[in-house]
Amino acid sequence: MSIDTETVEKIARLARIKVTDTEKEKYSKELNNIIEWIEMLKDVDTDGIEPLTSVVDMTLYMREDEITDGNIQEKVLMNAPETAEGFFVVPKVLE
Amino acid sequence: MTALTDLTIKQALDGLNNGDFTSVELTNVHLDAIESAKELNAFVTNTPEQALEQAKASDTKRANGEVGVLEGIPIGMKDLFCTEGVQTTASSKILEGFTPQYTSTVAQNMFDQGAVMLGKTNLDEFAMGSSNMTSAFGNVINPWKRNNDNKDIVPGGSSGGSAAGVAARIMMGATGTDTGGSIRQPASFCGITGIKPTYGRCSRWGVIAFSSSLDQPGPFARTVEDNAIMLQAMAGFDKKDSTSVNRDVPNYMSAMTGDIRGLKVGIPKEYRVDGMPEEIESLWQQGIAWMKDAGAEIVDISLPHTKYALPTYYIIAPAECSSNLARYDGVRYGMRVNDGGNLDDMYEATRAAGFGDEVKRRIMIGTYVLSAGHYDAYYNKARRVRKQIWNDFNQAYKKCDVILTPTAPSAAFAMDDDMNDPIKMYLNDVFTVPASLAGMPGISIPAGLDKDGLPLGLQILGRPFDEETVFRTAGVLEEAANFTAVPQLIVQKAA
Repeated sequence: MSIDTETVEKIARLARIKVTDTEKEKYSKELNNIIEWIEMLKDVDTDGIEPLTSVVDMTLYMREDEITDGNIQEKVLMNAPETAEGFFVVPKVLE
Repeated sequence: MTALTDLTIKQALDGLNNGDFTSVELTNVHLDAIESAKELNAFVTNTPEQALEQAKASDTKRANGEVGVLEGIPIGMKDLFCTEGVQTTASSKILEGFTPQYTSTVAQNMFDQGAVMLGKTNLDEFAMGSSNMTSAFGNVINPWKRNNDNKDIVPGGSSGGSAAGVAARIMMGATGTDTGGSIRQPASFCGITGIKPTYGRCSRWGVIAFSSSLDQPGPFARTVEDNAIMLQAMAGFDKKDSTSVNRDVPNYMSAMTGDIRGLKVGIPKEYRVDGMPEEIESLWQQGIAWMKDAGAEIVDISLPHTKYALPTYYIIAPAECSSNLARYDGVRYGMRVNDGGNLDDMYEATRAAGFGDEVKRRIMIGTYVLSAGHYDAYYNKARRVRKQIWNDFNQAYKKCDVILTPTAPSAAFAMDDDMNDPIKMYLNDVFTVPASLAGMPGISIPAGLDKDGLPLGLQILGRPFDEETVFRTAGVLEEAANFTAVPQLIVQKAA
């Protein structure tokens, strides 16, 4: 098995999703099945093929560097679970 | 007299124009229809008060001679499009209660053209699914049923609420988004028409992101012409979306000339998949015959990398989703679960509680394929194969103008059919994903019924930014198919 429960734990940690031991087993099985299935891409010869980034052939245009929006602090904070003094509040980061 | 809910958008626009009824009347009739079809669970949020306000404003506008493309037409808005002051959830618990302070460009374009929003339609959580069964706010039920069988049928996904709602005549049209088939597959399952425009045609600004290089908004309606009207209102360049394309929007509404003489219709041999029901193959053959009868030339084409499209999609879409969904961290909006631990504990607890199973699975796959040591082997490999899929289409379009295929490999399935295998579920999108990866437009048209009486769709794909030819071909196919069957729900109500 390429994705064991330890790997699941590592991925879940990177993705910041808490997983229980039962879930680790479940995800290990499911992710292995999916990864095994997508392994079929190994059969495709892609030598010399550039990865496709955008399906639309366009270059980004330049715009004036100017302020077009702002002064909407109240709107920005409106949906936050916790705010104080015009800031988002998070659990203590520094002791 | 035909019930107002049975009218097409075009007929309703004519009726409004002639003064046969007002937008308020049309809207009220649809609000009543919604009330009597609650069991479909097509909406996450109903907005009857706003709808009536918009309808009233539209009637005033019309009286003053200002008539937009969708003036006074009641529609559903997929709950993935941000709407100022109206809860927008993406059908996820993590966004329950989220009230956007701005309106997405597509929704605004439609409002500017007179659309009346009846509510926010249900979908698979974050548009990840093909059955609408991953919604945190319950399954949507397809208004169609199998003959002599009362089992609930799925509407397809991810835009299940929009498709079911349009099919059930509780809205005249609706918005959807299509990442790998989320407009075309539910349109096929619900016996209606839906188009995924070319990537870049409709702005993604204010649409909750799933996979940014694939997501594309588009409409649902009951006719090809109505889709053209809807897309006319939705499409256009938007400088707030850097992938929106700065090209004039043609007049889609005049594209359905009915004439496809000499048009080259490509038939890809790779779309004959193992285990595809005989009736889908024969419907496809019927579609080919209809095209020939209308004077089109049938051309055999090859899209050699078709079988690699799904695994490619299931690397690229989860990779982009793992990155897009990193923003749901319990800090700026949405749910927060704080069990007294540190910041990381809060993130982990919030995301564990807020996301459903399929979303978590895709975030984990995405995180894995993007992680150190796997990036080249999976993510870059998939992007290289994607380029070859794109090349396949470009080669094909040297030989043909449009491509005709079935929309999905089966009719809609029942909710209690075995769907525990994610890969089996992913196969629903086998015919829709390739064009998504290549960014090309595609429409699904209801073309027949299966042996159980469920609708089946045919898909027409076109060249980038050539929605006009797609509409023109679809118009001819629609006329030939003459699909008049209606869902059992409608039949029962009429009885």
